Amino acid sequence: MRRALLPLAIFLILAGFLAIGLNRDPREVPSPLVDKPAPMFSLPQLADTAAKLSPADLRGRVWLFNVWASWCVACRIEHPLLVDLARQGTVPLIGLNYKDQRADALAWLKQHGDPYKLSVADTEGLVGIDYGVYGVPETFVIDKYGVIRHKHIGPVTPEALRDEILPLVAKLEKEGA
Amino acid sequence: MRELILALALLTAAPAWAQGASAPAQAAPLADDPALEARVYAVAEELRCLVCQNETIAASQADLAVDLRKQIRQKLAAGQSERQILDFMTERYGDFVLYRPPLKATTVALWVGPFALLGVAAAVLVINIRRRRAASATLSADDARRARDLLAEDPR
Repeated sequence: MRRALLPLAIFLILAGFLAIGLNRDPREVPSPLVDKPAPMFSLPQLADTAAKLSPADLRGRVWLFNVWASWCVACRIEHPLLVDLARQGTVPLIGLNYKDQRADALAWLKQHGDPYKLSVADTEGLVGIDYGVYGVPETFVIDKYGVIRHKHIGPVTPEALRDEILPLVAKLEKEGA
Repeated sequence: MRELILALALLTAAPAWAQGASAPAQAAPLADDPALEARVYAVAEELRCLVCQNETIAASQADLAVDLRKQIRQKLAAGQSERQILDFMTERYGDFVLYRPPLKATTVALWVGPFALLGVAAAVLVINIRRRRAASATLSADDARRARDLLAEDPR
């Protein structure tokens, strides 16, 4: 009797592991940058290339840093959500235009709407490397002290925005206020 | 063991290193300096490409892999060590980029797991063999008599 149950037990263990393993997204690699200071940069702004932006300019504010590109198909999925978010004005959205052509990027924003307070141009993708970007789009939540508090990989979903990002932003807004 | 391999790698890399230091800081195009290029690929072999996760940075043709090879090339040319470059990558992408991740609390299962499974399998095997041997060694008095009778009946 005990022997007969053994295959069943092995099957259940295997099914358990598979149920957990197959429901996880292997593309989501936990970022070591969470709870670390956002890497510094000073990049030209997309709209006005003479002006620069550095994370230091945003000290004292909670902000979202969204990595996007005109060649990025998945960015189109999250874009309407970002446009909506910008309309509500809850949290400033800064764009990192990653490895893109300026003309393409500007045309893309014109076509799909520009939710960004401003975007900076990372033409060489070096800032992307500093932020550990490996799949556009990616979104970082950065707190008042310039520390990365959350990283979302892939298109922002309404659920992720409602259940993770916005509650975190609200919590961070209260910090040190 | 890993330290030993690393030490050997560094030792063999030393002559190329000296060359690298005198090279211009700007990345040389491919094949301009075969020695440097070989070292770039030696480091890239250690790193996982995050875009196509089963490939190394050396093998992958993903844009990010090309960019990261460029980074490795520049850093080697600037005189950085392999260790420094691996640390640079780990800081940004986590231990996951290393094909040989360090032994830590979070990676113990990875390093020890296979040996633990092997140990369990070996234990089961030993227990089974012993049980079988014990079962075959003891014959009841009845069985022993029957066996003797059967042997005695052997026509040959």
